Amino acid sequence: MSDTGNILFSGVGGQGILLASEVTAYALLAAGFDAKKSEVHGMAQRGGSVTAQLRYGKKVYSPLIEPGSADIQVAFEMMEAARYLPYLHKDSKVIVNSQKILPPAVATGQTEYPENVLDVISDQGIHVVTVDAFDLAAEVGEVKTANVVMVGALSTFLSVDVSVYEEVINTRVPERFREVNLKAFAAGRKVSQ
Amino acid sequence: MSKLSDQSLWMSGNEAIAMGASEAGVKVASGYPGTPSTEIMENLSTYGEVYTEWAPNEKVGLEVAIGASFAGVRALATMKHVGVNVAADPLFTASYTGVRGGLVVLTADDPEMHSSQNEQDNRNYAYHSKLPMIEPSDPAEAKDMLKEGFRLSEEFDTPVLFRITTRIAHVKGVVDRGEMEQSSVTKGIEKVPAKFVMLPANARNRRKVVEERMAKLIEFAETTGINRVEEGDRKRGFITSGVSYLYVKEAFPEAAVFKLGMCWPLPEKKIREFADSVDELFVVEELDPFLEHHIKSMGINCRGKELITNQGELNTAIVRGSIDPASMPTLFEPAQLPMRPPNMCAGCPHRGLFYNLSKLDVFVSGDIGCYTLGFLPPLSAMDSCVCMGAAVTIAHGMDKALGEEGKSKLVSVIGDSTFIHSGVTGLINSVYNESSSLLVILDNRITAMTGQQNNPLSGYNIKGEAANTINLEELCRAVGVKHVDEVNPHEVKECGRVVREALERDEFSVVISRAPCVLLPEMKKQPHNPYSTVLENCNGCKACVKLGCPAISWQAMTPEEAKAKGYREKQKGIALINEVQCNGCGQCVELCKFEAIDREEEK
Repeated sequence: MSDTGNILFSGVGGQGILLASEVTAYALLAAGFDAKKSEVHGMAQRGGSVTAQLRYGKKVYSPLIEPGSADIQVAFEMMEAARYLPYLHKDSKVIVNSQKILPPAVATGQTEYPENVLDVISDQGIHVVTVDAFDLAAEVGEVKTANVVMVGALSTFLSVDVSVYEEVINTRVPERFREVNLKAFAAGRKVSQ
Repeated sequence: MSKLSDQSLWMSGNEAIAMGASEAGVKVASGYPGTPSTEIMENLSTYGEVYTEWAPNEKVGLEVAIGASFAGVRALATMKHVGVNVAADPLFTASYTGVRGGLVVLTADDPEMHSSQNEQDNRNYAYHSKLPMIEPSDPAEAKDMLKEGFRLSEEFDTPVLFRITTRIAHVKGVVDRGEMEQSSVTKGIEKVPAKFVMLPANARNRRKVVEERMAKLIEFAETTGINRVEEGDRKRGFITSGVSYLYVKEAFPEAAVFKLGMCWPLPEKKIREFADSVDELFVVEELDPFLEHHIKSMGINCRGKELITNQGELNTAIVRGSIDPASMPTLFEPAQLPMRPPNMCAGCPHRGLFYNLSKLDVFVSGDIGCYTLGFLPPLSAMDSCVCMGAAVTIAHGMDKALGEEGKSKLVSVIGDSTFIHSGVTGLINSVYNESSSLLVILDNRITAMTGQQNNPLSGYNIKGEAANTINLEELCRAVGVKHVDEVNPHEVKECGRVVREALERDEFSVVISRAPCVLLPEMKKQPHNPYSTVLENCNGCKACVKLGCPAISWQAMTPEEAKAKGYREKQKGIALINEVQCNGCGQCVELCKFEAIDREEEK
């Protein structure tokens, strides 16, 4: 539906996708939207390809994004950006963490990691923003905040005030990690502004 | 204005169901972990006033809940769809006994098999066991309808089936807190043998009661608000339930919809009225044509599975495209990329055992858990996996079929939790009927795949309090196993020696492959002391790469690159250890013949 926004998070199990989608969902809810989010648990979490699908609007029925209707994709790994191409449309925005995580067939030398893998997206005329989330997270002092860097980069594409995100981080993140997460968020936001 | 407040929470379906059980005044809840049901019991265990437990299997869990109901309190049993198969025995007879305190049996189905071995549609159980079934569409409804289920159970003296699917269990949405409720029944011992003792004479009487109850439930279905018609354009009318309702609302927002919150028994009069009021009737449901068959058997014309697939999950696009193919947008073609299947974690103890099995000429009869991933390359060390507990019994059946031909070639592999669930009975059979297969129990102290739930081998209960721990060796010896060996699978060579020795024996043997799961909180707290590659020593033999550890990757080199870096020209590459991912298990160190893997403290 045109009045419902669709955000597709994709990556590899263990990269903190659930938390990133959670912070974004709380921000959208705080801004007054209805929302629904689908997650994958169980076997797929063991290093497999995973997604979280977040939909928001006045009233959301389905928790699943239709193929061809993801407005924004937030990919935590480059190949996992390209894998979900059928979910995108020509006006989609794709935010990609420039990290490569080798799948088993590549790690064992059976096949190679595709070169310039993001080209399959940009060749369609889709706008791709690359974020060095891992390096930015290391700069703010905690590599585990790469997922919040990605939330920061995503935030500039959503009509939610920056203070709402800060409030969410202040209320949802344990106190000792707040400062570093706020810095990670700001670092990510700067990239896409 | 924020959607959230003290009264409105952002919750998954499973969290909402736990809150609903608490609001419904549930006093006893029992379950066995299974995706997508697991988090219900995990969350419920944090509500102080409810007794919760992990049962060894779903049959035990349901019987515990039936007992609590007989004692006059509200009780909940939770399980994944295939768990209902295990619990079917008590379920079908509890339909005859009925209840005292409200009893809800929750089945979490997994269309698309995100984390399951089949995608059976458990709505069929409602018909088969002659029980009412409630089917919510989202987390908020799940909470409210669960409470309705307990009211229904007590009012109609019946267990109530409650079916959710993955896209309710693991979907988050806004859920409002509700009123706390109480059972209408008084707790205590009440002897009602005509109702509770199901020997033939009593059961025949209760059989009649079941039919009378079903007639009353049909009347209820005709009037209850959870079966509702949503007005709209009558050219096309839709009958639907569960998550399919959500897809219909988005695909055909203008159409009239009859939403069934209770998918069994069906309100025939209301369905006929609705059918008569629309030009064309569609039935939209995931998996089997359950509603469609029963509606057609009423003599009502409708279309469903001739248009919409009976396989996998539905979504808005599938529903719209099946009915209006011309409306489908053109999509970008998927890119051709290497697959990224799930993998055992870096440092997973199972890897050491499967590495050894991959080197042997054996048939590996596998089971359900993280270790089922031993099937995947490069280890490819699992040859069958059917259901919980079947590892042990399938190997025994093959042994009896093959005789001499199967000697030293049959290995069954089962995890600790799965062994307790339904492997023990198979073990007793293997000993009693003189199997010559080998059983390997992978004891990592936890139910790992579903996300770290304690079990009777963990030493802790659902709340993390100390509990009895079964001594596996003693259990095996008590049922008559003469040869029980324990091995640490991280010691890859020793593990291989013990497995080969056990295989060569003529008698049934058990090997306990024991090391804790790397995801256990106490393991995660251990200091990170990873290994790394001593680059100058790596000669590219790939021995470590063949473990399939996610922390080890192969970096190919051309002859020129090899020469430039000081390697032999013929060397095709080097193995690199990712120190962030490495958990320091040391399996690769044992396999390296060139001292090319090392870590700080040992230098």
